[in-house]
Amino acid sequence: MGEGMTRAPEYGETLRIKNLRTHFFTRYGVAPAVDDVTITIPRKGIVGVVGESGCGKSVTALSVMRLVSRPGKIVSGKVLLDGEDLTAKSPREMRQIRGNKISMIFQEPMTSLNPVYTVGSQVAEAMVIHQGAGKKEARDRTVEMFRSVGIPEAEKRFGSYPHQLSGGLRQRVMIAMAMVCRPRLMIADEPTTALDVTIEAQILHQMKELERNMDTSIMLITHNMGVVAEICDYVYVMYAGRIMEQADIFSLFDHTMHPYTTGLLGSIPRSGRGGGRLYNIRGMVPSLLSLPKGCRFRPRCERAMPECAEHEPELYEAGRGHWVRCHLYRDSGGGETR
Amino acid sequence: MSDMAAHGTDARRLVDAERVVKNFRVGGMRGGHLVQAVSGVSLHIDRGETLAVVGESGCGKSTLGRLILRLLEPDSGVVRFEGRDLSALSATELLQARRRMQIIFQDPYASLNPRMSVYQIIAEPLVTHRVCKSKKETEARVKQLMAMAGIRPEHINRYPHQFSGGQRQRIGIARAIALNPSLIVCDEPVSALDVSIQAQILNLLYDLQREMGLTYLFISHDLSVVRYVSDRVCVMFLGKVCEVGNTEELFANPMHPYTAFLLEAAPKPDPHLRKEKKALLAGEMPSPVNPPDGCRFHTRCPYAMEICAQEEPELRPIEKRQVACHREG
Repeated sequence: MGEGMTRAPEYGETLRIKNLRTHFFTRYGVAPAVDDVTITIPRKGIVGVVGESGCGKSVTALSVMRLVSRPGKIVSGKVLLDGEDLTAKSPREMRQIRGNKISMIFQEPMTSLNPVYTVGSQVAEAMVIHQGAGKKEARDRTVEMFRSVGIPEAEKRFGSYPHQLSGGLRQRVMIAMAMVCRPRLMIADEPTTALDVTIEAQILHQMKELERNMDTSIMLITHNMGVVAEICDYVYVMYAGRIMEQADIFSLFDHTMHPYTTGLLGSIPRSGRGGGRLYNIRGMVPSLLSLPKGCRFRPRCERAMPECAEHEPELYEAGRGHWVRCHLYRDSGGGETR
Repeated sequence: MSDMAAHGTDARRLVDAERVVKNFRVGGMRGGHLVQAVSGVSLHIDRGETLAVVGESGCGKSTLGRLILRLLEPDSGVVRFEGRDLSALSATELLQARRRMQIIFQDPYASLNPRMSVYQIIAEPLVTHRVCKSKKETEARVKQLMAMAGIRPEHINRYPHQFSGGQRQRIGIARAIALNPSLIVCDEPVSALDVSIQAQILNLLYDLQREMGLTYLFISHDLSVVRYVSDRVCVMFLGKVCEVGNTEELFANPMHPYTAFLLEAAPKPDPHLRKEKKALLAGEMPSPVNPPDGCRFHTRCPYAMEICAQEEPELRPIEKRQVACHREG
């Protein structure tokens, strides 16, 4: 499935997560939170990773950053940043990479900012540490970065403390902090989930602008199909630790294949109640400690067949660059993936 | 609209709020600040309808919900429920009225007592209001309510932590319908849930409304949910009502500029509807401690005129809508 994403070669790729398995070794058993996941982030474009809580999308991001803590552990697989395997790096080397080559923004900006330092000094610090910038240079570039992420009165805001800013401004500061070292990759984990819609629209617009104007790839993790539809170019749909479907944004919405993706899109209320009840996926996400045999989505799937309980489907290429883990598409002509 | 209720001409009217005001004092030092949470809101809810209140954080929508249930006392203004002024009721009368109005909260983790079993949680309102004559009757009613809310009967002795978010919300709903209320205030009931679970809960609320003839005041920031569940929508900005109207009409043709921006900003689950240039609302929500003079929206409004900074627009009827904007009407 490594070839799942067929992009024009001149774009190249920034990150390739290859057959990654991150498992949690709990008292009650092993939870395969990320189970053989392969994701490619090209140089240009925004890649979305979408799924419901517990699907493994955040653990995937934390694995890339090597921030998974016990009882979680990367069991196997590679995380290649510009061809270099991050899983083989020492903790010291990783500290050089985090915030410099890869940066991450989280859902709740208040908990990611230090309340006792001004936001400006926190952003400038990253540059001093990672790039040996002088104080003056760091300050100037921070103010410039504040402007480019749309913080009004950037000069004045340099000296503000986190509590003096609104949620939207704090998230902009986080984005400025993430972008100030011009990283190769920015991972945004639910960056707008805690924000109001008008602020969310501003932040999404800003991310799109950054992607266009800077040489940074973006991996966007979200549960919100609306956010995905607004700014992503390519999407991976995760469920219970697995990639279930991956496709170009238009292909995913226009030719939805996996019954889970169909269910996710169908559950979104789109219009008035004229149509009566909403479509819903029955049941709930299975516990990672007792996954069903065969396809992990089978107990909730309306189109399940006897073989779905027998063995788990591979990812099949059912359309150009459109891959789906479902027996319904086994004979779709794309052939096996590996 | 208040005139009609005052004359008692409209039996369909369940709730009638008239110029309700609620300020909160925050920060203890030297008197602190006054947060103007709800600043003179009038609205009505008819029997059997779903009225949605939408707006961004800090607009006063949750405070309004609590004022309507008299969980908060208004500083001024009147809330009538079934034709009677809630603040004029005696303690026993209020207790009786409380049976008819319930609330479902956003966070199903925080709104259920972790030390009570499902049985105790759902039976509590039945016991408090002495609805059932015997223990046996109580148990039968609890089981019936669990079935209505889609909770498996064998889970009756479980505790909240043993359930997922969606299941907990079902427990909250079973508790809310226990006394056959006429009004349920749903305060962001699906915001904390995954979409597939959100759809299950919305369907449940829809089914219960039809079976029991419930009236909902549905508070939400999610416009797609609001469009789906509501008959009418009330859009709030910074403690004030901007626009009230029939849901489909309001979504098709927003009249207040804030409503239009809100609809434009919401992410649409269709990549073909992407826009290169979205009309974005500039700036941030002004502070409810120190709201702008005149129209509270004028500092962010691209159409603001001179009068907007000076004079506050009244909520006026335009066609079948009510809009508070100097440009309209």
